[in-house]
Amino acid sequence: MDKFTTLTGIAAPMPLVNIDTDMIIPKLFLKTIQRSGLGKNLFDEMRYDRQGNEIPDFVLNKPQYRQAEIIVAGDNFGCGSSREHAPWALLDFGIRCVISTSFADIFYNNCFKNGILPVVLPPEAVNYLMDDAANGANARITVDLENQTVTASDGKSFGFDIDPFKKHCLMNGLDDIGLSLEKVSSIDAYEEKQKTQFPWL
Amino acid sequence: MTAPKTLYDKIWDAHVVDRSDDGTCLLYIDRHLVHEVTSPQAFEGLRMANRPVRAPGKTIAVPDHNVPTTADRVNGIENEESRIQVEALDKNAKDFGIVYYPVSDIRQGIVHIVGPEQGWTLPGMTVVCGDSHTATHGAFGALAHGIGTSEVEHVLATQTLIQTKSKNMKVEITGKLKPGVTAKDITLAVIGKTGTAGGTGHVIEYCGEAIRALSMEGRMTVCNMAIEGGARAGLIAPDETTFDYVKGRPHAPKGAAWEAAMAWWKTLYTDEGAHFDKVITLRGEDIEPVVTWGTSPEDVLPISAKVPAAEDFTGGKVGAAQRSLDYMGLTPGMKLTDIKIDAVFIGSCTNGRIEDLRAAAAVLKGRKIADGVRCMVVPGSGLVRAQAEEEGLAQIFIDAGAEWRMAGCSMCLAMNPDQLAPEERCASTSNRNFEGRQGYKGRTHLMSPAMAAAAAVTGHLTDVRELSAETV
Repeated sequence: MDKFTTLTGIAAPMPLVNIDTDMIIPKLFLKTIQRSGLGKNLFDEMRYDRQGNEIPDFVLNKPQYRQAEIIVAGDNFGCGSSREHAPWALLDFGIRCVISTSFADIFYNNCFKNGILPVVLPPEAVNYLMDDAANGANARITVDLENQTVTASDGKSFGFDIDPFKKHCLMNGLDDIGLSLEKVSSIDAYEEKQKTQFPWL
Repeated sequence: MTAPKTLYDKIWDAHVVDRSDDGTCLLYIDRHLVHEVTSPQAFEGLRMANRPVRAPGKTIAVPDHNVPTTADRVNGIENEESRIQVEALDKNAKDFGIVYYPVSDIRQGIVHIVGPEQGWTLPGMTVVCGDSHTATHGAFGALAHGIGTSEVEHVLATQTLIQTKSKNMKVEITGKLKPGVTAKDITLAVIGKTGTAGGTGHVIEYCGEAIRALSMEGRMTVCNMAIEGGARAGLIAPDETTFDYVKGRPHAPKGAAWEAAMAWWKTLYTDEGAHFDKVITLRGEDIEPVVTWGTSPEDVLPISAKVPAAEDFTGGKVGAAQRSLDYMGLTPGMKLTDIKIDAVFIGSCTNGRIEDLRAAAAVLKGRKIADGVRCMVVPGSGLVRAQAEEEGLAQIFIDAGAEWRMAGCSMCLAMNPDQLAPEERCASTSNRNFEGRQGYKGRTHLMSPAMAAAAAVTGHLTDVRELSAETV
């Protein structure tokens, strides 16, 4: 997993609320047995018509947002299915950060497993950044994970909260499984205890 | 004296393997359910790191999302990508030695129906699956939630998950339901009240007289859609209804093990005075048969209502509502009962169990599906299918003109051949009405099995309580 420290990039505005994981990556692309290659189908049904032609109005099809690395989104981004294909598709497209007032729990967790930083900010801050993002490629937003700040193109800065463990893993690109296996003696001990306490399991 | 605990607190505390100073916990997972869509990359990760599955006996796999629901599926899956994904699961189950129900097994079905049916799901457990509707298993008083594929790999390798504890939320349904009102109406009504982000960051415990009165199958319907309310998991404290359901199932404990399990299970309730961070109360008597009108599960209205206008909402929902109205092809002010349908889907992990089929059959008995309406009935497992045939339900569906299918996820998410055509409108017992969920540009109205069956008969959304005797 790639580390996330700081990012300065183009932010695409997506003010729609409740953007669900079926929108982010429709089900027909879940048939892959790989993690890579989903970027071309990110937001597929919003991005292409039935013949596969780009829909010019869709934000990521506009010339100024084709290189976007950040999405500023409406409330409750990533609701719905647990599909990790959603962050895989975002990452494959080049998105490393999503900013919203709220995220669905499973999507939020999935982002951290893939080097994507989901940032939760209050509505006023998200609105400010949404307006900034609407300025297109001229507006480059800076996300600083270490200092937990998002800075708009005019220098206005907003602080955000993040779980310290998730921050540590993301900043260092750590593999969760490796970390947990360091605690294998605790897992062994738990299983021993469970044999006595819950013998039916 | 220890502080009073919620049911969630008790299950959580019993599964903590390790706690870091910042509160992050390593939580032990008792049961891991696996399906073909969210697992191939996880198994591939294990292979690349040369890691085994730590507890194969606690891991159960079944293909459900991709499998066709027509009888000719015994000849293999035509769609190449679907076939490859199911074959990958076949191989992964074999290579890693995990319990497996292949398509050819009568026990195959939707993973959230198979788990409880086989007694793999028990009270007090932690249950996970790479599928958001894992919340279903919370009906047993098990802490059950969906995880992503990286976490699937983590559980396969370590039998644990790195977790921080969610907040406690109580959803109480007081009193009694009116006739014609079901578990599906409860769970939709709750989401209608809280919104799809109302439960974010919380584990919901459903309680109250109306919840206690539900069967296990009804409780599974309620907990199944906890995720649509944004909650990680839904829980219902186990009671005699739960124990009666579990007892005698193939993988339920027996003899002395059963007694030992019961001794613990009976302690699984929220203590008097335990703290909830959020409380929602609905009166059972106030809940009507409901349907969704839009493209979010929070777009819930009683069947007697009218299609809303975008201006009826505030904030970001105004734009979302307008988008929903356009997508759904609806005019504000029209009566919900005037909405004509093209298709009916009865099935899914929300409503694909035997009681759901009984409820639909009770409405369809002696009646015919309306002209021009396609009605698909898809049992949640091969065993549900067999039981429905034995009880004569299958014949009722066939006589009414419905298609009687094999078990699978089917049109709930249309990853298989069962799909809506663009702008086709469906009365569906599934759990999500998102854009494109049941097929590209397909239009979904969520409702209970009885309501879906009533719509099948009349050809438009219908209050099942008003279905006239003449249509028999």
